[in-house]
Amino acid sequence: MRRIGVLVVVAVVASACAAGGGAGSRHRLTVFAAASLGDAFGAMAKPFADAHDGYAVTFSFAGSQQLVAQLQQGAKADALATADRQTMDAVPAGGRTAPYVFAGNRLVIAVSRGNPHQIHTLADLARPGLKVVLAAPAVPAGKYARQALTKAHVSVSPVSLEDSVEGVVTKVGLGEADAGIVYATDATAARNVDAVAIPDAQNVLAEYPVTALTPAGRQFVAFLRSTTGQAILRRFGFLPPPATP
Amino acid sequence: MKSRPPVAILVLASAALALLAVPVAGLVARAPWSQLGHELGASDVRDAMGLSLLTSLSAAGLALVLGAPLAWVLARVDFRGKAIVRALALLPLVLPPVVGGVALLLALGRNGLVGSWLAHVGVVLPFTTAGAIVAELFVALPFAVITVEAGVRGLDERLEEAAATLGAGTWLTLRRVVLPALVPALGAAAALCWARALGEFGATITFAGNLPGRTQTLPLAVYLELQQRPGVAELLSLVLLAVSIAVLFLMRGRWLTSARRR
Repeated sequence: MRRIGVLVVVAVVASACAAGGGAGSRHRLTVFAAASLGDAFGAMAKPFADAHDGYAVTFSFAGSQQLVAQLQQGAKADALATADRQTMDAVPAGGRTAPYVFAGNRLVIAVSRGNPHQIHTLADLARPGLKVVLAAPAVPAGKYARQALTKAHVSVSPVSLEDSVEGVVTKVGLGEADAGIVYATDATAARNVDAVAIPDAQNVLAEYPVTALTPAGRQFVAFLRSTTGQAILRRFGFLPPPATP
Repeated sequence: MKSRPPVAILVLASAALALLAVPVAGLVARAPWSQLGHELGASDVRDAMGLSLLTSLSAAGLALVLGAPLAWVLARVDFRGKAIVRALALLPLVLPPVVGGVALLLALGRNGLVGSWLAHVGVVLPFTTAGAIVAELFVALPFAVITVEAGVRGLDERLEEAAATLGAGTWLTLRRVVLPALVPALGAAAALCWARALGEFGATITFAGNLPGRTQTLPLAVYLELQQRPGVAELLSLVLLAVSIAVLFLMRGRWLTSARRR
């Protein structure tokens, strides 16, 4: 009887600690970020902690639309970085700072190593028998891919609509799909895929906005704007933010 | 007469019950019931339901055809390494389904261990409806093995011996004596396998991908719609909930009696 009581107390205290370790605590920041930011943001954790007196930052990477859905369902985060503006607009403006575009990205065609299917243009993706995967239309990468295909007047029948751009890279990397449309940074980061460039006339500029959801989150936004933050983004292939008018 | 249980047990038991009941209540209370007919009639929703029905029934059927013989072997044949075989047969029960999907991809994918051979003879499973069935079969099979094995162990072997003394061969005995006696176990296995196959998500999206009409089954549609059309996701969840309750209801008598027998 007493032991059960102790167990209950331990469980309650443990869960309270786990909850307290989230957004509200002083030394931990939670940042929700688009899946395509995974490598670059991962490399920021240490420099950020060094510059901010031991602040530990925890990232949650997923498709931007999933992150916004999680926030709408009550998930707690200090900052949110998405792969397009439209997705971020779904977060009520009252609870966040004005979005700031901190980086840009371009699309490329990801193909298997050595490009065995000789894919050189978006039009090649319409070839019959070719297995093409795209991100689902709700995912920013999927939306951008469709815009690029429309610009190129190409109609593609994908074999799968993945729930994040990482899914597209994985399926091409494993050789299960022949090609997919991903961000330039994804193709650079993945060792087992090659990138085929898409000409500017058909390409789409992806813009990554960030917003602070708590006062503490502003520190991460400021870090993204800093020269250190921008240098890390460049290193991972992200484009500088477009000049603000 | 049973004595009154201690209060602490009752409190913890109520907490457990609440944890199970509250999510169901939330789904039932919040789902947009008024749009039920309208949304479930939409063509993409009907596609997902039709596809789920096809894949889950196929997977359940295959799970019985393949799982029942394995169950019989485990129950009746003695051989070395039986413990390993049984562990393998039960592995998908405890394996995270997404890991199962990755494993299937590496084994049966176009460049996989076995998949590269299959590709030579023109069989490609990833991104196909057949692939979705294989993913569901993988997770459903243990239910067939467990349930049928328990059924075989519960059989009275004297009946088979009697059949043998009357001159019936092994096949005739299996067909005319064992199989009819196993009907309740096979029925229970079919229902469990079907429910598990219908609910399969992780292995399917990893191995078969997600394409409406081809590999986007109901759970995948629920997950993806939750971000775009939450109402539709909630209604589809209701459909899956209703099916699950129906399966439990069908199984009710069987589970209670088998628990009592042991």
